[in-house]
Amino acid sequence: MLSRVADSLYWMSRYLERAENTVRQLDVTMSLMLDTSDTSAETRWERMMHALGKPKGMEWNGDMDAMARKLVFDNTNGASVTFCVNGARENARQVREEISSEQWQRLNRLFHQMHSPHAQAQFRANINDALASVVDGIHLFKGVSDTTMIHGQGWQFIRLGRYLERAYSTATLLEVYQPELSQEQEREHSGHQYLELVGLLRCCTSFEAYCQVYTADLSPDRIIEFLLLNRDFPHAIRYTVDGIRHAIESIQRTGGRRAPEELTAMIGRLHAQLGYTNIAEILAGDLAAFLHTIREQCMRIHELIYRYYVQYSIQSALAT
Amino acid sequence: MSASQPVEMDSLFGDYPLDGAFDEMRAPGGELRPHYRALAETLAALPPEELQRRKQSADLSFLTQGITFTVYGRDEGTERIFPYDLLPRLVTAAEWDRIERGLTQRITALNEFLRDVYSDAKILSDRVVPQELVYSCKHYRRQMRGLQVPRNVYISVVGSDLLRLNTGEFVVLEDNLRVPSGVSYMLTNRRVMKRTFPQLFHSYGVRPIEHYPQLLLATLRSLAPEGRPEPNIVVLTPGVFNSAYFEHTYLARQMGVDLVEGRDLVTHDNIVYMRTTDGLKRVDVIYRRVDDDFSDPLIFRSDSSLGCAGLFNAYRAGNVTVTNAFGTGLADDKAVYAYVPDIIRYYLNEDAILPNVKTFILSEEKQRQHVLANLDKLVVKAVGESGGYGMLIGPQSTARQREEFARQIEANPRNYIAQPTLDFSRAPCLIGNLLEPRHVDLRPYVLFGDKVNIVPGGLTRVALEKGSLVVNSSQGGGSKDTWVLEQ
Repeated sequence: MLSRVADSLYWMSRYLERAENTVRQLDVTMSLMLDTSDTSAETRWERMMHALGKPKGMEWNGDMDAMARKLVFDNTNGASVTFCVNGARENARQVREEISSEQWQRLNRLFHQMHSPHAQAQFRANINDALASVVDGIHLFKGVSDTTMIHGQGWQFIRLGRYLERAYSTATLLEVYQPELSQEQEREHSGHQYLELVGLLRCCTSFEAYCQVYTADLSPDRIIEFLLLNRDFPHAIRYTVDGIRHAIESIQRTGGRRAPEELTAMIGRLHAQLGYTNIAEILAGDLAAFLHTIREQCMRIHELIYRYYVQYSIQSALAT
Repeated sequence: MSASQPVEMDSLFGDYPLDGAFDEMRAPGGELRPHYRALAETLAALPPEELQRRKQSADLSFLTQGITFTVYGRDEGTERIFPYDLLPRLVTAAEWDRIERGLTQRITALNEFLRDVYSDAKILSDRVVPQELVYSCKHYRRQMRGLQVPRNVYISVVGSDLLRLNTGEFVVLEDNLRVPSGVSYMLTNRRVMKRTFPQLFHSYGVRPIEHYPQLLLATLRSLAPEGRPEPNIVVLTPGVFNSAYFEHTYLARQMGVDLVEGRDLVTHDNIVYMRTTDGLKRVDVIYRRVDDDFSDPLIFRSDSSLGCAGLFNAYRAGNVTVTNAFGTGLADDKAVYAYVPDIIRYYLNEDAILPNVKTFILSEEKQRQHVLANLDKLVVKAVGESGGYGMLIGPQSTARQREEFARQIEANPRNYIAQPTLDFSRAPCLIGNLLEPRHVDLRPYVLFGDKVNIVPGGLTRVALEKGSLVVNSSQGGGSKDTWVLEQ
């Protein structure tokens, strides 16, 4: 497949994943602010901004609703929902012939929803419903992508984008929540600590899944274990790394010619790092450093994908 | 005949004017032309609500399929739906036969003209076409001199615009030999029409056009360089901001080939490659939807980033086929157009089956004086433009516009031609609940690989505004499905 097309599909998918992440974090943060606690609104806002990669111009000004709308609609801010949806749609538009009509129509509808003259009013009237409908739109897009597109290279690049973005954002989120997670655990949860932990899980839509595995008994160690090492839950980092590995393997299999050892080695190492360890070992070491290396490896994998599939030099391509 | 016309037709036609122009549906006396009878009866039998419902469902179908074009000169390239009229335009088998023979003859001769001009230029030394006219054409490409093109085919995809005059005769208004567009509308119109009037379509016995993408693919394949039995064929688009981008994606998808942009291509040792996720892949045939000027910055405009540096040299080396060839705009120059009947006679020793429209060459003193004195009656066109840009329609112009054009003609007479204002044919369109006549043209699509191939049909463009003579989509035109009948 054309490198440019692969690039567009990859970014279309990353942008949508990013939009979904922003929406979910915003939703959780707003609902946490309803409860009075020691943590101030500003602290919460700052924490979310860290988790979203510290976008510029989003300093807390005390007006939650206005800040929330800014995070949804401010097109100059790389983490905003509108910015990400625009990015996804613009990428899709350039590969119109590669995606299915259903995918295009879905994404187009989401785009028009964000740009409709009523959009601002809807978010003002009921921001929770409005955010939920954006997430619905993204979920529907993922659904039609999986059911209407050939599961060839293009689809694999969509998966690559989705999982890399997700691995990176989950690792960032865990890093940001580290103070809460390393707090001395009280014998009986205070309601506040409990809410914070639920918030963290809900940022990854993983509260219910967590309960199925560990019951509603929330402990920081288990939460870290779940979000890092669970192999069956789609938002756990280990699962996403498995997804990245599968996607790269399929791309190599269908393409045939190129064997980027450096890339497979990098992914294999990350995979082993998460697969052949346990939570006790991780917690005995430096959790922050561990999370940091995961993020770095995600960035490295992104660079290698680019170097091998998208922006390779002509000389290197002619040599093989 | 008019006395026997069923009464209920009145509710359909209202005060349908029958003056001057040839009406596709009705003879001057008002009676229906025989092949339109079934259509009129079907429409008259439908309640107005049902007609509207079908129209809405057809509109919706275009909308959801995203069949759009881009209008220039507005914010960030506005996407628009191409307006569409519900009623098909009918062409009888006998009419089509003449069109098909006429276009085959014309395209064969024009291709021969290009081959000649870019090699021995016999037609120029024999003074059939003035030498100055050819060498002053802005689409003449000296780089093409002496270059051997595959199978000697210069123009493999053509869309010629036909009009029907008061006499009922089809004439050629212009040839589009560079990058003709609109074929995707021909194909999508048909698909929507079949869903809108399935019974009527079936009963009419309409010749199919759906195989066009397959024919196009076969045409491109037949032009592949020697020794490339499984050629890699691509469509080259300027990108998402081009007005015909939808069509580029549509054709690529229908043919099952890659849609590439200039930045996807690289050349090395006079071979063109595209960058894929599996490394560089050799490209053998390029169906080019980018103008000459923007195709290769090393040879043509150096400020263009739409093309591929080195493409022309790879082409000259015979390692890649680019079609249409470069420099074909020479033969659709509106001044060269005036000589097409002579060109046909020169190469084929035949008279033109489809006549030309009378054309004044303004670089000739006498003709220019006549035109300048009669600007209010004539249509003036810039020779190298298309899409309805750079045009003066005398009878509908203001004195100021005429002065402006007169000045431009005096300054650069070679750049303009003039033609009589044509009262070309009108076909019924659904306007509200009534039928009203609107001016139409017809653009059939001609393919030329092993041989000339024309799918029976084309794009009927409609000047949807009442009284308007401009059918271009960029100027408020719409389209109709065109049914070429078996009988």
